[in-house]
Amino acid sequence: MGSRAWRAFRRNRLALGGGILVLVLSLSSLLAPWITPHDPLRGRLPDRLRSPSIVSASGKPYLLGTDNLGRDILSRILHGGRVSISLGLLVVGVSIVVGVVLGLVSAYAGGWVDTTVQRLVDVLLAFPYLVLAIALMGLFGPGFLNLVVALAFKEWVTACRIVRSEALALKNAAFVEASRAAGAGLFRILFRHLLPNVIPGAVVVATLRVGWVILMEASLSFLGLGIQPPQPSWGVIIADGRDYLFRAWWISTFPGIAILLFVLGVNLLGEGLRDALDPRLASERLSE
Amino acid sequence: MISYLARRLVQAVPVFLGVTFVVFLLMYLTPGDPVELYMGQAGIVSQEEMARIRHEFGLDRPFLEQYGRFLWGIARGDLGRSIVHRRPVAELIGERLPATLELSLFAALIALLVAVPAGVIAAVRRYSLLDNVGTLLSLVGVSMPGFWLGLILIIFFSVTMRVLPVAGRMAYGTGLEPHTGFLLLDGLLQGNGRAAVDVLRHLAMPALAMSAGMMAMTMRITRSSLSETIGQDYVRTARAKGVPEGRVVVRHALRNALLPVVTAVALNLGALLGGNMVVETVFAWPGLGQRVVDAVKTRDFPLVQGCVLVYALTYVVLNLAADLSYAFLNPRISHGKEG
Repeated sequence: MGSRAWRAFRRNRLALGGGILVLVLSLSSLLAPWITPHDPLRGRLPDRLRSPSIVSASGKPYLLGTDNLGRDILSRILHGGRVSISLGLLVVGVSIVVGVVLGLVSAYAGGWVDTTVQRLVDVLLAFPYLVLAIALMGLFGPGFLNLVVALAFKEWVTACRIVRSEALALKNAAFVEASRAAGAGLFRILFRHLLPNVIPGAVVVATLRVGWVILMEASLSFLGLGIQPPQPSWGVIIADGRDYLFRAWWISTFPGIAILLFVLGVNLLGEGLRDALDPRLASERLSE
Repeated sequence: MISYLARRLVQAVPVFLGVTFVVFLLMYLTPGDPVELYMGQAGIVSQEEMARIRHEFGLDRPFLEQYGRFLWGIARGDLGRSIVHRRPVAELIGERLPATLELSLFAALIALLVAVPAGVIAAVRRYSLLDNVGTLLSLVGVSMPGFWLGLILIIFFSVTMRVLPVAGRMAYGTGLEPHTGFLLLDGLLQGNGRAAVDVLRHLAMPALAMSAGMMAMTMRITRSSLSETIGQDYVRTARAKGVPEGRVVVRHALRNALLPVVTAVALNLGALLGGNMVVETVFAWPGLGQRVVDAVKTRDFPLVQGCVLVYALTYVVLNLAADLSYAFLNPRISHGKEG
């Protein structure tokens, strides 16, 4: 980030707040094994369905209550955050790499390469995200890596479109022409000259999309087609509480708040980055 | 205009074919023998019998021929047979469509009724307290899972307040005869006020849960689009001529500002249809979303395939409608080569 962009970003208090939200939730999830008060997988049955409390007869309190197996909700949320956040980062990471490479190649090569890639993009765009992911999970079966593939299957499309349109504008810029005239190869033009110029856009897209992917993971896991219990993810814990809404509202409520805060943080951060780095992106549709 | 229409329709053809191809591949690549899956519940079947059925279903044909048959089936409205239900997939989808459409349209209506006025207020009173509250709420709206909002609504309205029903489309004993499948419409057509109110009470929570995301997005688009239009010269001219402020905003600025809103709504409607399956599951809403989730869980692949196809084709059609409505509403856009 250049110093001008950094100053613009720092002035944006909402974006800074979003960044802090993301940082706090990510760090506490990362450090979950060392800071959580209870085991996320093994509960104490005598302590089942305890409501949130700051005191406890048995020693360590259950700040956000316990579930039907006596597991501490706070510990499960922090451990679940490890799964949900790392999945979000992994899916977006893979998709950005695929999207950037295909976007650059598509824009620079033009012709049938461009047409083929763009038709593929159009076709994938026609599938509602969740419908496609659900069908793929049905095909692959459950599992963390299968989930990554099912979500990344369409995710790369967003980055590809944005990178392509940015690269198209740069393709015939003077510095690219000069490099071509000086005898630079295809690889060098794509990755030394075009790539650095599309990176700010890709960073903005990546940030804004992490939130979306986490929402999709939560949906799939809630349906029982994503992360499999007893392994916690935010969506899994919400599903755990579904049968206990009438007796234990806290089981489903708190993991949802964790999702809300994290995704809100990522969105604020992403919009701040966009305004600072690449204001032209404002008009792009980044959802779905 | 006509040539634009024609070109846009022609452009939709490869997408349509691509969609059917992907859906076909989904089925083709499914591990396991579909005939075994189909016969699995019928007891032990001899090898010859299996081969005969495979031949009957055309599963022993080359890949491209199978795809051709699949396309021909779609053209005739034949989407195959469900393994679990043992009935035509098209029928299983058709009977669930009205419930999903009713819920989606109702959700979209709520979203628009709240979002457009809210967006107008935010744009007219930019950076006021109201605007900031609205902006924050809309950010919260897009950052929260709709199905979770559904659960929170249940905790509040059903568990605590005990005012709204938790699941289904209608209580027993309202005396409603479902004709169209759109229960609210049926209730009104039959003059059955009690049933209509009951249907509305069932619709309220799932529709609200589904509409949150769309509401938030529509409000943000209305706000930014109207803020831009309000700064235009012709709006200033209208003001200078002494047109009352309310009229300036509604008649002069909003009319033009709504253009991107219409497009966004049409596109969002597709996303709404596709994203509502989790909300349907939460509220045991007997719609298409629940059907596809159940089909995936029972590994009923022909049914999954049919549902995915219907979702995707609806999406293509809505996209096309959004594009065409944009061209129709905005005579300024050029229908030149770039289209």
